Amino acid sequence: MNVAITLFPGTNCDTDTQYAFEKLGHKATILWHKERTIPANTDLVVIAGGFSYGDYLRSGAIARFSPIVEGVIAHANKGGKVLGICNGFQILTEARLLPGALKRNEHLHFISKHQHVRVENNQNDFLRLLKVGDVLNLPIAHADGNYYADAQTIAQMEQKGQVLLRYSDASGAISNPNGSVGAIAGICNETKNVFGLMPHPERAIEILLGSDDGIKMLQGFASL
Amino acid sequence: MQQPLPNLPEILAKHKLSPLEYDSIKIILGRDANLVEIGIFSAMWSEHCSYKSSKKYLSGFPTKAPWVIQGPGENAGVIDIGGGMAAVFKMESHNHPSFIEPYQGAATGVGGIMRDVFTMGARPVASLNALRFGDVKRDDAIGAHQRYLVRGVVEGIGGYGNCMGVPTIGGETSFDSCYNGNILVNAFTLGLAKADEIFYGRAEGIGNPVIYVGAKTGRDGLGGAVMSSDSFTDASKSLRPTVQVGDPFTEKLLLEACLELFKTDYVVGIQDMGAAGLTSSSFEMAGRSGSGMKMHLDQVPAREEGMQPYEFMLSESQERMLICAKKGSEEAILKIFQKWDLDAAIIGEVTNTGHMELFWHGQKVADVPVQPVSEEAPILDRPTQEPAYIAKVRTTSIDSFPAVDNQTAFEKLASSLEVVDKGWIYTQYDSMVQTNTIKGGGSLDASVIRVKETGGALAMSADCNVRYCYIDPFKGAAAAVMESGRNVAMTGATPKAITDCLNFGNPQNPEVMWQFAQSTYGIKEACAKLNTPVTGGNVSLYNETNGVSIFPTPAIAMVGVNPDATKTLKSSFQKAGNTLYLVGKTGDDFGGSLYMKELFDTVAGTLPAIDYEAELALWNMVIEANAKGLLASAKDVSAGGVAIVLAKMAAVSGLGVEATMKVAKPREIFAESFHRAIIEVEPKNAAAFEAMAAKLGCEKIGTVGGDTLRLNDISMSLAQLKKVYYTTFASVINRDL
Repeated sequence: MNVAITLFPGTNCDTDTQYAFEKLGHKATILWHKERTIPANTDLVVIAGGFSYGDYLRSGAIARFSPIVEGVIAHANKGGKVLGICNGFQILTEARLLPGALKRNEHLHFISKHQHVRVENNQNDFLRLLKVGDVLNLPIAHADGNYYADAQTIAQMEQKGQVLLRYSDASGAISNPNGSVGAIAGICNETKNVFGLMPHPERAIEILLGSDDGIKMLQGFASL
Repeated sequence: MQQPLPNLPEILAKHKLSPLEYDSIKIILGRDANLVEIGIFSAMWSEHCSYKSSKKYLSGFPTKAPWVIQGPGENAGVIDIGGGMAAVFKMESHNHPSFIEPYQGAATGVGGIMRDVFTMGARPVASLNALRFGDVKRDDAIGAHQRYLVRGVVEGIGGYGNCMGVPTIGGETSFDSCYNGNILVNAFTLGLAKADEIFYGRAEGIGNPVIYVGAKTGRDGLGGAVMSSDSFTDASKSLRPTVQVGDPFTEKLLLEACLELFKTDYVVGIQDMGAAGLTSSSFEMAGRSGSGMKMHLDQVPAREEGMQPYEFMLSESQERMLICAKKGSEEAILKIFQKWDLDAAIIGEVTNTGHMELFWHGQKVADVPVQPVSEEAPILDRPTQEPAYIAKVRTTSIDSFPAVDNQTAFEKLASSLEVVDKGWIYTQYDSMVQTNTIKGGGSLDASVIRVKETGGALAMSADCNVRYCYIDPFKGAAAAVMESGRNVAMTGATPKAITDCLNFGNPQNPEVMWQFAQSTYGIKEACAKLNTPVTGGNVSLYNETNGVSIFPTPAIAMVGVNPDATKTLKSSFQKAGNTLYLVGKTGDDFGGSLYMKELFDTVAGTLPAIDYEAELALWNMVIEANAKGLLASAKDVSAGGVAIVLAKMAAVSGLGVEATMKVAKPREIFAESFHRAIIEVEPKNAAAFEAMAAKLGCEKIGTVGGDTLRLNDISMSLAQLKKVYYTTFASVINRDL
């Protein structure tokens, strides 16, 4: 599959994401933020993690005005697949491609560690290779990962199968590292082509580094 | 002809220049100096930039080995790590600024050391930090202030490093009342470059342009180098404006732009603007090449209106670089920086005059010969004297105190802030970005990253037992070299070279100068015997407040290479049923021990003799046995002795241990004899391992497994041990919140 990875000023997971997709056998290219369109043959756009524009305002609030986001929105509106990881998730909520918002962690600190997440829904391209209830071990590294949406929105998302991942412990019991409502770690849009999560699946593709639980997530986007 | 400035004595005092030094300045210039020139001399001859008190002792460091590409004298040291790749690394202090303004002080310390590394052409791939704080446990205002400093420093390090996308993978934190008035923040960064694509801080080739890139210059950090070259008093809080403000986002852009520039062949030399800003970068670049330089200060991008030449030369605004480029490449270079939305301006050119000539709207405002300023700063031979306390600590020993039963002692030591997990700190650092981290914070001993380009691994560890350095600065410094090397070797990597950060008190105090001299002798001896040269470092003096100096704190960071990343050895128990060995000889060694400190609030005693051959033999045995696949885990034995090492290994792994070690006196389970390690081996490999380790003194002490830690007459349930290990630190640091 052809993966296009966005590079904003301050993005710092672009090469990690490229490395991961290439290691899994895909073609991954970097897209500069001043571009306005997504290459036509793109199967998946990844908004990689980092600190776009330093996150000096609200995380993702400036990046969403970048020319490339116009392209991402057009790609998504045509049904193209988009995955936002960490800062990418924040940018997608700021761009209103995903519902809700990501607030400062409840304990106010940046948090970096391996964190378990539980699969809530696999009826989508992202998690189709996993089973509901599977527990994955993924790195998290964020200051603004506290997912919030109002109760009505959450209820709609639950009903439409948009809540994809919740933070848990190794046994699958809920364990919330940042205060997210419902311990939500990852979601998708109503049409299930735009995905966002705070954990870093691209950092979990090698046992040498502690986990390869991210492989089945990234490979889900590859055509059957 | 320049006339003496009217209020010269006052100006000199403000710039911390002595009348004697002004006499030298007059000889160098052949006339009196103007204010800009006085500012330049003041900065370049400050302790911070000139190493005038320390140079005499730094000159004899072993700096050469076949794998050393660049030793001291450049922005960072460089070693060959095989596969055509080089590791570029250095450690630097940001002590004074961090005490005055912890968040920005620590953040800009990280930013500065990263620039030192990427200015050499390397992408920073890992950071460590070594932090010393005072009495964080105290109930009074001092304790509260120390906790505030811990919170600010940690947040500052994370704030900068995380945004840069450079993983902070480990470090060391310790606490002692001697740091109440002067905390220490030592930041280490390691970068990777191709071994034949290293860039240096040089300005040569007459007519080549001098280009300023990065952030605009403001008035922040004015006189920072001079500030860092003095002791603190109660009035020092007013120094806050001398602390720079960091902008990691701009630095991230600067990093990417510089790395893009390095792929071209336009660069002659490049240097970051750190302490003393434009002054030190321009003088050092010209000085190394024996060149002269013209700079037009009105061309420097300014953040504020009305700035004067003096301010441009002495500002310590962050995220700036000075480049000497090939003539004709100017447009192409400016374009790269424009792409990254950064300022870039041609501000001067290289000349053959040997002088630094500074202009302001066409008018010359300073004319200073480069060499005498950059390379011939005064070298002082300050008096030294063995401190009065040394005789006293020598006559104090563990036998001066009442006996304590081992269980009581263990419970006390296991909850020491020096021992317990620092997750509250390291989880605030992104330790996994760049997807190379094999051993990060909390995994004990050295930190390890994989090198994608070679399939190998780099291990690194920053260490210094300050209690050892206090009672015996020579052996204490040597012990720091040994411990950092041992930590690296315990991962299966071969220790290659060190960088150091020498933090001491006021050099005008002969007793401090003696500590400094002894420490450098210890580093020299250890680095020579262990074949781990010094590739660079940093000296931080004047860590003194109201006449009280810190303990001598020569922090050492060792870097080692493992040719096979998949053979990285862990430092905590791997499997129940595995056999544990203690390698090395245990004696009744309690000088400077954690035991004496925690139980009797005393730092005293003497250190045992050092046996470098035993140290090297231990390293080599572990490296060889690991390469053969015989080992499950290995951990060095240091503060708190075997008892505390087993406790840490158990807590981190979640596995218990049943062990018995032979001791002449029961307390020796806490002894801190050198040259020892705990090694975990699968039973099937036991015979092969024992054959290799026998000649080092190897005792089978027990087995991994169960839900309890037991060693001789001490025991603790794993649940209790983990609770103490993982919750103590946060409960202390967060108590005010």
